[in-house]
Amino acid sequence: MSATDTANINRNRAIDVALKVYIVLGYAFVFAPIAASFVFSFNSDRFPSIPLGHFSLEWYQAVASDPLVWQGLRNTLFVGVTVGIVATALGFGAAYTDYRYRFFGKQIYLALALLPPTIPVIILGLAMLAYLSRINLSGNALSVIIAHVVICAPFAMAIIRLRLSQMDPDLEAAAWNLGASEWAAMRHVIVPFAKPAILGALFITMAVSFDEFAIAWFVSGLNETLPVKVLGFLQGQVSPRINAIGTFVFVTSMSLVILAQLLLTGRGQKARPAADE
Amino acid sequence: MKNDALVSFEGVVKRFGDFIAVQRMDFEIAKGEFLAIMGSSGCGKTTTLRMLAGLDAPTEGVIRLSGKPINDLPTWSRDTPMVWQSLALFPFLNVIENVEFALKMRGVGKAERRRRAEQWLDRMQITEFAGRNISQLSGGQRQRVALARSLVVEPEILLLDEPLSALDAALKVRMQSVLKNLQRETGITFVYVTHSQSEAFSMADRVVIMSRGKIEQIGTPQEIYRTPRTRFVADFLGSSNIFTGKVAAAGDGVVTLDTPSGPLKLASPDASLRAAVGQTASLTVLDTKTNLAVTPRTGQGVNAIPVRMIGEEFIGATATIYLETREGQEIRIQKSHEELANLPLEIGREFEAYWSFDDGHLVMEQ
Repeated sequence: MSATDTANINRNRAIDVALKVYIVLGYAFVFAPIAASFVFSFNSDRFPSIPLGHFSLEWYQAVASDPLVWQGLRNTLFVGVTVGIVATALGFGAAYTDYRYRFFGKQIYLALALLPPTIPVIILGLAMLAYLSRINLSGNALSVIIAHVVICAPFAMAIIRLRLSQMDPDLEAAAWNLGASEWAAMRHVIVPFAKPAILGALFITMAVSFDEFAIAWFVSGLNETLPVKVLGFLQGQVSPRINAIGTFVFVTSMSLVILAQLLLTGRGQKARPAADE
Repeated sequence: MKNDALVSFEGVVKRFGDFIAVQRMDFEIAKGEFLAIMGSSGCGKTTTLRMLAGLDAPTEGVIRLSGKPINDLPTWSRDTPMVWQSLALFPFLNVIENVEFALKMRGVGKAERRRRAEQWLDRMQITEFAGRNISQLSGGQRQRVALARSLVVEPEILLLDEPLSALDAALKVRMQSVLKNLQRETGITFVYVTHSQSEAFSMADRVVIMSRGKIEQIGTPQEIYRTPRTRFVADFLGSSNIFTGKVAAAGDGVVTLDTPSGPLKLASPDASLRAAVGQTASLTVLDTKTNLAVTPRTGQGVNAIPVRMIGEEFIGATATIYLETREGQEIRIQKSHEELANLPLEIGREFEAYWSFDDGHLVMEQ
């Protein structure tokens, strides 16, 4: 009897339906505000109200014609890509260290490595501003990159560490035994094995950086990223342009996260082993 | 022996912290032989193999390969490929890429690499799976890929760490003959670690029996089977009945042992055993050499003790009869069905177990 057959036994229809409704409500709760923003971004009316006006791209045009928005987008993309690469490289190093070595104080090492995301962003942002301005690194794109790497690297480490923990512990030693030096084994065995997780970490850290507002607001100075720009709009006036930018940022981030998810789970669906000879 | 020794262990000790995994090991592996290292888990057999592969470094002593010390040679600079218990095939590479791996690491060109890998796929009869993923192969096919992957560099020595343990019984027997033929045809020295007596004894030219980090005995399967050197070996093989007692007398080619089952004798030409009088020793006799009779035997040159039958077990052409001496020691007799046909086998019935002095073997307590 297959697993699906087993799952169908003893299922109560009412509970079944209730669970499905529950899931739909859960998603509705999460996505309704975003969906509203999405809908109003295509609405011609100046203020978000029902009934809707006619379909319009005017807010997107308004956004696209604003050079400051383009500047923000360029900053965001540059910061996001750089942060993704640097944070993933650091995260990989930390995860591999954890996988390969046993040493005194390893628990402390791990706790410290995973700590940054648990610090309230306001405090982290303030601390970053105070520290970076002292060493003359505040107020430019580099300062945003440094600050974002600090919060992103732990995510990358967690993702890659999970993948390495699924690796047959003999695999790396087998590569050495077959003539691979430690660097060659890293390149030909560890990295290929962890590749889905490395790409996943790359996209997720990019997405985190892309969305992150609080720390960027503290340290970005004149080189504002897009989320900081959005706040600027909000402070000036309530404009449907925000809906347009919000939709764009949301779609971009979600694409990155979904891509990462596909990479991370794709490996799980392997073909079944053949019957024995 | 000294000249054709491919590997020698000289006073090798391996400690992990306070734990002694291998204690003072001295032995040699001859070129072209099939050596099995056998023992229960934790006896140090895998550590021995890993030291030879360069995956663990000896704490003391020297390991030589073709005369040269290799203690400090990293595993990637040695030609000592290993077949892993887990097989450790690379899941992100297909079959032929797995086999090519070692050649790639040695900088062999692409075309040459492919050609040599294909030869080994052909030899292992897995050519049709060249492009498959590892996850699409059966256990036996993976086994063959693992062998091809290690042998593609045509090493002098191949290390195998319980490679058949994941296979079912029928496939295990088939792979045993594949391995044995492969070893014979290639002339490559095989060092085979296993806990299975049937695997070690059916394939190996010589067997090393280890216990608690020490070598108990090295010898051909016949030697070890017929003349276990220590009580541990006799117990471990489980194919002998063992009677322990004190040496009461020795001389004129006969040794007498005082055991709880009475005085038992065995033939031994060893004159030095006179000095052993009073020491503890064991008499071992193979279960196939132990006989059963209904009436008491009092013939010349025969030990006989009264026993009571407690069970029987039939495996294929042979039967094992379990009996108990009056002192409560269990003994075993293994015979073909024909040999047992005349006996009124019945649980609880009294018999006489007997064997010739010549079939007894003396093991001194150490």
